[in-house]
Amino acid sequence: MKYVDEYRNERHVAGLAEMIKREVTREYSFMEVCGGHTAAIHRFGIPSLLPGEVKLLSGPGCPVCVTPARYIDTLVALASHMDITIALFGDLIRVPGTLISPGEAKASGADIRIVLSAHEALDLARSDPQRKVVFAAIGFETTAPGTALTLMQAEKDLVRNFYVLNAHKVMPPAMEMILRQGARIDGFICPGHVAVITGAAAFDFIPQNYGLACAVTGFEPADIMLAVLMLIRQVNLGKPRVEIEYARAVSAGGNTMAGRYMREVFEPEDAEWRGLGILESGGLKIRECYRRFDAGIVFPVDIPEPEADITCICGDILRGVSKPSDCPLFASACTPDHPQGACMVSAEGSCHSFFKYCCHE
Amino acid sequence: MSEKITLSHGSGGRQAQKLIRDHFIPRFGMNGPMTDSAILSAPSWAIAFTTDSYVIDPLFFPGGNIGKLAVCGTVNDLSVSGAAPKYLSAAFIIEEGFDMDELDEIVASMADEAESAGVRIVTGDTKVVEKGKCDRIFINTAGVGLLSGDLVHVSSGSTIKEGDVLIINGPPGDHAVTILAARRGLTFDTPLLSDCASLNHLVRTMVEKPEAVHFMRDLTRGGLATVLNELAVMRGCTITVNEASVPLHESVRGLCEILGFDPLSLASEGRLLAVVAADEAEAILERMRTDHHGRGAVVIGRITSGREARVILNSSTGGQRFLDMPSGQMLPRIC
Repeated sequence: MKYVDEYRNERHVAGLAEMIKREVTREYSFMEVCGGHTAAIHRFGIPSLLPGEVKLLSGPGCPVCVTPARYIDTLVALASHMDITIALFGDLIRVPGTLISPGEAKASGADIRIVLSAHEALDLARSDPQRKVVFAAIGFETTAPGTALTLMQAEKDLVRNFYVLNAHKVMPPAMEMILRQGARIDGFICPGHVAVITGAAAFDFIPQNYGLACAVTGFEPADIMLAVLMLIRQVNLGKPRVEIEYARAVSAGGNTMAGRYMREVFEPEDAEWRGLGILESGGLKIRECYRRFDAGIVFPVDIPEPEADITCICGDILRGVSKPSDCPLFASACTPDHPQGACMVSAEGSCHSFFKYCCHE
Repeated sequence: MSEKITLSHGSGGRQAQKLIRDHFIPRFGMNGPMTDSAILSAPSWAIAFTTDSYVIDPLFFPGGNIGKLAVCGTVNDLSVSGAAPKYLSAAFIIEEGFDMDELDEIVASMADEAESAGVRIVTGDTKVVEKGKCDRIFINTAGVGLLSGDLVHVSSGSTIKEGDVLIINGPPGDHAVTILAARRGLTFDTPLLSDCASLNHLVRTMVEKPEAVHFMRDLTRGGLATVLNELAVMRGCTITVNEASVPLHESVRGLCEILGFDPLSLASEGRLLAVVAADEAEAILERMRTDHHGRGAVVIGRITSGREARVILNSSTGGQRFLDMPSGQMLPRIC
């Protein structure tokens, strides 16, 4: 398969592992902030290819993991309306809310459907004008343009029964917060798909203001190994910058058209990230002119403030301060079959990846 | 307009009689009086007995339909237990309004598949429920197979030992991906067919030397990853699989890449895993390849230790990790 096989070639990967081994002069900690990277790193057994001096930490990069329980509670409350259909990404179906997950609400009779895109949700609305379809819009810069374009289409076609419960977030503020809180890392494996949209320049503040290495990285094993090599070289030379490893998809300026769609529909707002709290400009808000699609405004629901779960250390895990295995609930009370925190639910969550591929180590 | 199933077809009266007489009995070759039980003769071997229900959506898919699947699935459960499948039952739960032509097509496929597998459908049942109480048609089949004493160990893997070789009969996951694609209206450059097939003839070629085959299991829901983990726990052994040795169709790989599925967790309906003695592996592979459903037979790994229950995957890029069982519902109603 083109663009896959050559990046999984055992010889290429082994060659990169050899180069990394040669250039290591100290201990290094690099953080990936994209759930896709977390999953790929474990799936391909990358830690087993790296020398012991190189540590990879998982940051807050899974959109499901950082979605607050309150959002899930709102979805479930909306789903209890007889005339509302909830359309969501498959990853959300098992995420525990304060009381129940969307999956449990579905089993009790709520109309909840899994879709692969915002557009599929819009098609659902068109096919059944009697029902109100609410799309659960989560994700970073990778999914936000799709939601934006879909809302623009719905506006143009005068679709009156389509709504969005928006929890879109943007990545750079979360990376900045992690640095401000003093994370002990030497650099970032920057999110490749986010950078396709934002452009690599969105991460320039990291070397400039914090003096840390950055490599915008693809999702195949050779991509990740090459990025680690780039980061080690930057650290060794003491010349941090934003390097683009994922050059086949990422430019410095990004996808300007997608950026335009996002700005047309959304504006920045402070947003709650599960485990991290309120992040300044960490989320996207639907602009005034698209407000009639905003399910949060059109269908106000009264949700009691969820009690904070003090035993789950999701927040520390998302900041890279703790490993999943440091959590007292990990692999005992909290497993993929019975997730307590969102990091265990999503296939891209750090706890889920850790449990699936390494917890028996 | 074509004839429809009505509630009276399930009432036990005249219409029910007609349905059974016209649509089931001639196709399944049932003869003799319509009694409450089929009376079967059996030699003094052990009997293997299994049952499975089929609720697949869509009912018709590239490479088969719910009827063919209902025969293959039960035939395979018997076959991988080491038994020679002999008799099946077929019970239908049909939604009022179901198209009679579609029922005929399903029943005809069952008859064809039973004939080519060499099993007989000897008893059955039909229930019709009101519209909305089931999704068109559900089928249950139960099966009886004869198990000779020298193959009793195959279902539990009690003779597995370190050094044994793991064989599969072809690329896994075609069934799950075909169903997913049919449901989502996805098409591929190279058309993909479900692997749905009866494997009893293939299994017969494999057990020529019964003591050389230590374990068999079909790779249905949960796929290879689940079967390997169940085996590791059941026998307390370490299994090592080489990712690069597991064949995969390009369409399956492609869809898994796009949707984030692990192909090793995808269901097949015509694939099996066998654990065999290392010194017999080549001969077994050769015999498997003489059967249509064994042409793609390959070695994918080994039992590497008899101590710790775990499954290790040597990734095709040179890394190593654990291969865990899938959790949650990846794809509902694929069988």
